[in-house]
Amino acid sequence: MEKGIHLEFEVSGGNFASAGTASDEIKKHLKQLGIRSEDVRRVAISMYEGEINMVIHAGGGRALADIYLDRIVIELIDTGKGIEDIELAMQPGYSTAPEDIRALGFGAGMGLPNMKKYTDEFHIESEVGKGTKVVLTVYFAENKKSG
Amino acid sequence: MKAQKIAELLNARIVNLNAQSEITTGYCGDFLSFVMGRAPSGCCWFTVMNNINVAGVAALADIGLVVLCEGTKCDEALRAKSLLTGINIIETDYDIFSAVLKVFK
Repeated sequence: MEKGIHLEFEVSGGNFASAGTASDEIKKHLKQLGIRSEDVRRVAISMYEGEINMVIHAGGGRALADIYLDRIVIELIDTGKGIEDIELAMQPGYSTAPEDIRALGFGAGMGLPNMKKYTDEFHIESEVGKGTKVVLTVYFAENKKSG
Repeated sequence: MKAQKIAELLNARIVNLNAQSEITTGYCGDFLSFVMGRAPSGCCWFTVMNNINVAGVAALADIGLVVLCEGTKCDEALRAKSLLTGINIIETDYDIFSAVLKVFK
């Protein structure tokens, strides 16, 4: 079985001061591993967007990361209110964030689109009233397996 | 251009600055997801947003220098985090348009 580094983080809901902690930790790990900075940036941005989404919409959640030689797989899991229409939520500019959140600079409706844009594989599943799970995969350019 | 030069051009108040940081381009905006999605790595980011998440975004998106415009004051949580994480932040009284012209004209 393929071995990797497994990391888990709790993301607390409504806490904007600590939002980004998990992404920051992952960024440090990837830098230490010598991953190309552009790939580190793609991971950090997409994971931070996910963290912020959980803080704003889901009352927090869990972030699981598995780092392999050629890629990182991040699972963002929450038990929040879920997304009614994923297709609509994926549209750039669509947002359900309240006014106080927008005043902080969030809620531009670019979170999910950014996560898709900056990852190589993006998967989202959600059930209203139960929660949302997002899986992000980023391949590391110089380590990507050929064939 | 060195970050120090930008601070001088903008008569800026220093919150935290590595004067030797090299800045090659800029980005203007206040919505943090736009900044993360579009600001080039190592750029000078002109904004009026001054909460703690500015430091988070700047760190994760490799922003070279944050310029708080329109006389916006860096809030204390942001100041503390910028000092802790080494994010470059300066304050200027110029509006965003004028600040950009001052630096990049």
